[in-house]
Amino acid sequence: MELESKLAILADAAKYDASCASSGAVRGNSLGGKGVGSTGGAGICHSYAPDGRCISLLKVLLTNLCIYDCHYCINRRSSNVRRAAFTAEEVVKLTLDFYKRNYIEGLFLSSGIIRNADHTMEMVIAVARTLRETYDFRGYIHLKTIPEASPELIEIAARYADRISINLELPTQKSLDILAPEKNINRTRHAMGRIRIKLDEAHERRKNGDKKLRHATGQSTQVIVGADASTDADFLARSDDLYGNFKMRRVYYSAFSPIPEPSSVLPLKAPPLVREHRLYQADWLMRFYGFKTSEILTPETPNLDLDLDPKLAWALRNRQDFPVDVQTASRENLLRVPGLGVRNVDRILHIRRFGKIRLADLIRLRISLKKVQPFLITVDHNPSALLLDSDRLRARFLPKPQQLDLFAPHEIR
Amino acid sequence: MLSEAVPPDEILWEAEAGLFASSDMREKPPMNLKVPAALVDMAQSVACHRDPTRWGLLYRILWRVTRGGEKHLPGIATDPDIAKARLLEKAVRREIHKMHAFVRFRLIDTDAETGRERYAAWFEPDHFIVEAGAPFFKKRFANMDWSIFTPKGCAHWNGTRLTFTPGLAENPIDSPDALEAAWLTYYRSIFNPARLKVKMMQTEMPKRYWKNLPEAELIAELIETSQHRVNGMLAEETRPVKPRPQNAYLDKLRDMSAEEAP
Repeated sequence: MELESKLAILADAAKYDASCASSGAVRGNSLGGKGVGSTGGAGICHSYAPDGRCISLLKVLLTNLCIYDCHYCINRRSSNVRRAAFTAEEVVKLTLDFYKRNYIEGLFLSSGIIRNADHTMEMVIAVARTLRETYDFRGYIHLKTIPEASPELIEIAARYADRISINLELPTQKSLDILAPEKNINRTRHAMGRIRIKLDEAHERRKNGDKKLRHATGQSTQVIVGADASTDADFLARSDDLYGNFKMRRVYYSAFSPIPEPSSVLPLKAPPLVREHRLYQADWLMRFYGFKTSEILTPETPNLDLDLDPKLAWALRNRQDFPVDVQTASRENLLRVPGLGVRNVDRILHIRRFGKIRLADLIRLRISLKKVQPFLITVDHNPSALLLDSDRLRARFLPKPQQLDLFAPHEIR
Repeated sequence: MLSEAVPPDEILWEAEAGLFASSDMREKPPMNLKVPAALVDMAQSVACHRDPTRWGLLYRILWRVTRGGEKHLPGIATDPDIAKARLLEKAVRREIHKMHAFVRFRLIDTDAETGRERYAAWFEPDHFIVEAGAPFFKKRFANMDWSIFTPKGCAHWNGTRLTFTPGLAENPIDSPDALEAAWLTYYRSIFNPARLKVKMMQTEMPKRYWKNLPEAELIAELIETSQHRVNGMLAEETRPVKPRPQNAYLDKLRDMSAEEAP
């Protein structure tokens, strides 16, 4: 098979993995080396596809042959999709050729499970090893690992990669049993725990002076939204577990979308993309805004409001906490005001030491007055109690339908 | 002028050429001045902006900080001068980031003896960012020779020195790159037609960059055919589950899971 035909098949096979980050690696560059590559600082999105997703890495599978039968996946053994396999040398050459033209930040390599976990893991590692050792490649490498692979192999993968990940795919074992019978949540969590220990050890060694240490700095995972009956509360509870116990850098939420070769076990209808977006917003609230899962969702409402962002929805349920005074409120309370993001809250905290903040100042900070006005007191504005108490407050914020899916997945204000 | 205490409103800032070499402005301020480091950082970025009012703006801010006693001014994001300067700074930083993202090198030739490759790219920035953006490429591509040509200045690396030459009116590179076909194949294949978000793409990759991005020629076609492709997927008959193959590894996984079950 021609290399380009393989590339078409094996990129197509990899595109359902939402992970795109190329940030957070140890700082390094090609000065003094013999190859190309640099990492460190913010990642770079080298292109965008019309699906709005960034293209940062060459994201491919080594092969889409697979003995597993995960029903949401186009590469499962029951699918009749065309199969292909790269040689290690082919992936290495493509990575370097794309990198030298500044198309990409590096390589994201995953694979269908061939023969068994260890065999597959060894093939994936061989690519990374050749890039690092033969070509002195110093760009970004993200390796997908398999929970059942031996810990020694995962350790080797972590030494060549900047990030490693295991996809959980579904938040409960019950769902896995139905849709991904070969996967097991306990084995996955154990593997994530071992990875966390290795990452922590590497972090310690670096802190203690081993600045040149090449080792992955983080792990991430992905869950598929809308392929099973799990509620948003199930997803957020699982994310809480993953961030808390395994220090995930990111949990990616990937809305299940129609695939060729659909399985008879799966729903035909895709969930609205906005559900994925709301989960990202809730995830952000938990990590950066001090919200607890139990504040975002309640047993009575286990799913996020698709019409309103979760912070606004929380504020509408907790009107008794508002309005707050921009001049005196604590950082924690300002972070809970709909329309105020982390950066603007920190700016406000600084600026208010030197004078009174007015509505015009908020406009200069590019804060949406429409959104903050019902919740915020400034020296020249006191929201009418009428507005805050009114049932029309919710109506004020209901968006026009076509605005729904236009927001960036990771921005929240 | 600051040392001679010329107030901002007595200066008429005209076209930048002839006033003073722009590099004077980007270097650190005169020795006898104490300004916050954050202000120097901001000023360096603002100076790269193409807005002709930037020098007047920077001078006014500098005046207010040093002679007006407003030493906290740089942190007051609500001040109209600072708000404007931050806006310019943000545009410049963003453009530098986009340069790092959207420069597309083409292989020009390979030295027959050493095997060292020479690459070149054409990029059209809105602001004067070539000097600020070039060191990134030096670090990343230290072991290849490259040039980045732009209308606002050109950068060149030969393995030991980074040099700059004046801008060019037109793209001097006429040879395409053999790898572009593979890159287009990749772009086409990584796109998921079932989740079209064109606005999101354009926010991050504005149209003005498209003419120098080889993959952009595919965008219209991918958008147009996406609905048809999704309809095709939905119309496909679902595939039945194939029986589990005889495989020792799958047996082992099943046994492991069975042991864990309560």
